[in-house]
Amino acid sequence: MDAIFLQILNGLDKGGAYALIALGLTLVFGTLGVVNFAHGAIFMMGAFCAVTLEKLLTLSVKVKDESVTFFDAYKETPYLELWFGDTGTAIIDWSVPLSIILAIPVMLLIGIVMERSLIRHFYKRPHAEQILVTFGLAIVLQELVKAAFGANPIPQGAPDIVSGSAAVGAIFGLGEAVVYPWWRLIYLAFSLITIGLVFSFLHFTTYGMVVRAGMADRETVELLGINIERRFTIVFGIAAVVAGLAGVMYTPVLPPDYHLGMDFLVLSFVVVVVGGMGSLPGAVAAGFLLGILQSFSSMTEVKDIFPGIDQIIIYLVAVVILLTRPRGLLGRRGVMES
Amino acid sequence: MSNTKIVSPKKDMIFMAILSVVVLTMPIWLQPFGAAYPDLMQKFMIFGIFAIGYNILFGLTGYLSFGHAAFLGVGSYTAVWSFKLLSMNVIPAMIFGTVLSGLFALAIGFVSLRRSGIYFSILTLAFAQMSYNLAYSVLTPITNGETGLQLEQADPRVLDRMSGIVDDGSLPTPNLFGIEGIGYSGFYICAALMLISFFIYLRIFRSPFGLKLRAIKSNQNRMGYTGFSTRPYLMTAFVISGMYAGLAGSLLAVTDPLAGAERMQWTASGEVVLITILGGVGTLIGPLLGAGIIKYFENIFSAFNDTVLLNAFSFLPDWLAHPVASVVGLFVGEGWHLTLGLVFMLIVIFLPGGIMEGITRLTRLVTKRDKAEPKSEAHETKEKEQTSAGEV
Repeated sequence: MDAIFLQILNGLDKGGAYALIALGLTLVFGTLGVVNFAHGAIFMMGAFCAVTLEKLLTLSVKVKDESVTFFDAYKETPYLELWFGDTGTAIIDWSVPLSIILAIPVMLLIGIVMERSLIRHFYKRPHAEQILVTFGLAIVLQELVKAAFGANPIPQGAPDIVSGSAAVGAIFGLGEAVVYPWWRLIYLAFSLITIGLVFSFLHFTTYGMVVRAGMADRETVELLGINIERRFTIVFGIAAVVAGLAGVMYTPVLPPDYHLGMDFLVLSFVVVVVGGMGSLPGAVAAGFLLGILQSFSSMTEVKDIFPGIDQIIIYLVAVVILLTRPRGLLGRRGVMES
Repeated sequence: MSNTKIVSPKKDMIFMAILSVVVLTMPIWLQPFGAAYPDLMQKFMIFGIFAIGYNILFGLTGYLSFGHAAFLGVGSYTAVWSFKLLSMNVIPAMIFGTVLSGLFALAIGFVSLRRSGIYFSILTLAFAQMSYNLAYSVLTPITNGETGLQLEQADPRVLDRMSGIVDDGSLPTPNLFGIEGIGYSGFYICAALMLISFFIYLRIFRSPFGLKLRAIKSNQNRMGYTGFSTRPYLMTAFVISGMYAGLAGSLLAVTDPLAGAERMQWTASGEVVLITILGGVGTLIGPLLGAGIIKYFENIFSAFNDTVLLNAFSFLPDWLAHPVASVVGLFVGEGWHLTLGLVFMLIVIFLPGGIMEGITRLTRLVTKRDKAEPKSEAHETKEKEQTSAGEV
């Protein structure tokens, strides 16, 4: 029972990442009709926003170490600590959550620039060409990040206060031994909130309503005198922000490296297809579902029966779903059915 | 893009003969380019085979598969196993590699071809990733996991032992009845196979079967209305291209008998897509050109490093040489993939037909300019264009 509970939690936080990326993918597909293979790279760049901020905050200077008295010793001290003392240390400690503030405008800008400069020209071209050009873009972004930050993963720490584990067992009455890292719980909560925000933006604001109308019937909305293209550009930016934030928050869980995006891209595409191309709730549901399935299949009890199942379960589910329910779990009729 | 003009068999034979001469004399005319060493030329041939096979599927039917590296990997593993168990002769290795990849393609195609468009891409991608993950984990006894499958002194090599080939204490190399699979002889083995594969590919292009594949690309529904079931044709095309990939994979094992799972990764599938697009999708020799160009530049660009670059820019004043070298350094050596990605994007954006489209456009430009000049000359160039269009 304890093990199962833990696996569900495990699956939920991994599923949170899948869901956030898949949400952006679906949003872009539903509005612009573009299959964006560079979305994983956006996730990766979000993660590197966190890395950049941490690097900036910890810009250091060599300071004489007073505690060593019998020879001259120097240690690296970040400027922030020199200037603000303990406040500075706290800021550095909180660098990952703080990167959210940096990541939102940066990712919005990246998304809008990307859409205006490249994706815009591919609305009318076949999906195959969209896939290819965004695939090329993904390679370029990935290599740029590699050139700037090196090939090795760069670990990021969560703030001290939440770096321990939460006694979730006690809360749910499962015994003291059941503990779970705080940060992962925060990640789960964060992804739920973000998903909630995106949905309420689309459903409870006039702007979102127009966007949804545009998704359903672009031409009519344009005939009503609304510049739907600009709104869709904004939506692309929002999708980039969502993926970017997912990346920022994921850094303490998994040290980011340059091919993080590619690793997640394939999975999140599978998630989108399982959920149903163009269906936002489908993407979210499939993200969490596949996350949970994946963590269950990596339990030793399951692996003993089906060796290697944890490696392929997601793809296997995708194959089964595509063959039995071609539209995916919650896919709409008439999307990508030619 | 698709060329449905009827080309006489005689012209095809001439084309084949020219191609053979060009390919077989590569060690001579590649000298000035610094590419005339066998390792690299073997790569040209092998990736040429891979790409023309891929073109049968993607170029003719328009089905974008993102999982062809799986077949390449299966071919490699099978070939190495054949070296280990049966014989160091390349013939059984190639036969088994090709056949097994064909069977593998049959299984994957059976499932994937139920869907089309992006769903087909995702399905093939899913299968390739599954094979890749399995090769790294559960199938380790067969694939030897991260180390890669290698030859060993103690391998059984049943046929070799039976035919009385004695162990001389060193690791044997793949050979064709004593002709070595590496060096110039290895290049000629690969070249011969490439030419044979190309001939088959040419026949497929010109056959009614090839025409039907093109019909699938242009309008699958109409094809169905005229009474053709498209599935068997697609299936055949998929299996054939899988077999080409398997052959390429086993040849990779011939040049270097070490098979690793990274050959099956989806970025490797991306590479063959790239080669095909760069050369020209659906054109006859485009994929070959693409394979040659990409492998050539990969080789040249990866060899650069900072010192070489600094030397190359030493003619600049010192304060300029360093920044220029470091900027250029982004694109070469380790950063070769960056160049590749950029070139790929530019090709897809501006020249979706690849190099072959570029050539056609250039010829058209030239002929247009010639039209202003005396008639006879214009006539000549037009004729030239027609023949070249017939070839591509």
